[in-house]
Amino acid sequence: MAYPDDRKYTKDHEWIRLSGDTAEIGITDFAQQQLGDVVYIELPDAGTKVTAGQSFGNIESVKAVSELFAPMAGEVVEVNEHVKSHPEVVNTAPHETWMIKVKVSSPGEGSALLDSRQYQELLG
Amino acid sequence: MVPFAGWDMPVEYSGITAEHMAVRTRAGVFDVSHMGEIEIAGKDALKAVQRIACSDPSVLEVGQAHLAGLLTPDGTFLDDMLVYRMGPSHFMLVVNASNAAKDYAWIVEQVKAVSDAAVVDSSSRYALIAVQGPAAIDVVQPLTGVPLADIKYYWFAHGEVAGARATISRTGYTGEDGFEIFVPPNVAERVWDAILESGRSVDIVPAGLGARDTLRLEASMRLYGNDMDESTTALEAGLGWMVGWTNEQFIGRDALKKQKDAGVTKKLVGFEMIDRGIGRHGYQVVRDGRPVGVVTSGTQTPFLKKAIGMAYVPIDASRPGSEIEIDVRGRALKARVVPMPFYKRG
Repeated sequence: MAYPDDRKYTKDHEWIRLSGDTAEIGITDFAQQQLGDVVYIELPDAGTKVTAGQSFGNIESVKAVSELFAPMAGEVVEVNEHVKSHPEVVNTAPHETWMIKVKVSSPGEGSALLDSRQYQELLG
Repeated sequence: MVPFAGWDMPVEYSGITAEHMAVRTRAGVFDVSHMGEIEIAGKDALKAVQRIACSDPSVLEVGQAHLAGLLTPDGTFLDDMLVYRMGPSHFMLVVNASNAAKDYAWIVEQVKAVSDAAVVDSSSRYALIAVQGPAAIDVVQPLTGVPLADIKYYWFAHGEVAGARATISRTGYTGEDGFEIFVPPNVAERVWDAILESGRSVDIVPAGLGARDTLRLEASMRLYGNDMDESTTALEAGLGWMVGWTNEQFIGRDALKKQKDAGVTKKLVGFEMIDRGIGRHGYQVVRDGRPVGVVTSGTQTPFLKKAIGMAYVPIDASRPGSEIEIDVRGRALKARVVPMPFYKRG
């Protein structure tokens, strides 16, 4: 699966797509492959503050549970309710499935993240 | 691939859910060659096996197998195993890979004092391929002249499978009908390929450790190291049915008898989550914020589509219907004790 150029990536295998000061956050195809079949996703409510590098939720597959880490600091403005009730879409369309939208505190922070090429180099 | 007791094991091929569903509805094939085989033969073989197996192996006929615990003098589990009666004075024990060396050393030590019998670790002489699922018989029958319908559950027969010398056992670890096929390692790949080819008509899939774990959990089969170990007895683990009280000789009998008379204080139960979440291996069962038990296995199971698991709980919370709380990463989530097995084939 391709890693689109329209977004940034983290070494923890999240992706983040900024438009203005709002960021969509999801997990990468590599992450969903590692997890296997996703069965539960715990996400924060709208209004919750998230901190860069800190956990904002959990994603559980049949075999394991992993934390979700916020790539940037900000406030959750929208939660994808569909993905909570249909967690399997993370497996089928990881790059089309955002989990939360965050109004980021300082959009400039994003430059420290990996671009598509750098992320794929990380995967090796 | 993950390292497991010195073996490289596939966790999944096409995905745990897909593999699990294939076994429940059609057929799946597992490479379980990592399992250990220990053979005991000689004049006193029965006496030797009666000493180390908590079942009563004297009830086994040649060609029959059953489950048993390999217990410590305290009645706790060194391992669990399948005991096969290969001949009047020849038994084969199929044990967990991670325990095989420990088991062998223990058995040799225990057996030499009481009997004239040879104990051989023959693990390297067998590859083991499990074909499981309602269509398993249709997959294997074209590959062998042995009439499979004549092999009853927990019995076995010798013959050829795909031209390889084989022992075909109607057993498994999935809760489905199926066969576990012992073959020499040098022909195992050929047998594996023949099974996949024969299974094409039923869309057979190769299945890994992940599906093996979710399938056995739905069927409430215990996993050594998770659900019981050297700190839990056969009675606490809810495996009293494994105990052959007519066998007066087995190690651990006195301790179990004493515990049976006094009653157990904790017990392994099945649970279903009430709150949204999954109670996983190692999570604590809590009461008023204090730990009173522990989850030994738990997941969201693909076929039942429920979050289920097994946990040790105090005896007063062990009746089906009891509500318990499980500490899921800092949140006390409600679960209900339910009867096991969670899944029983129709």
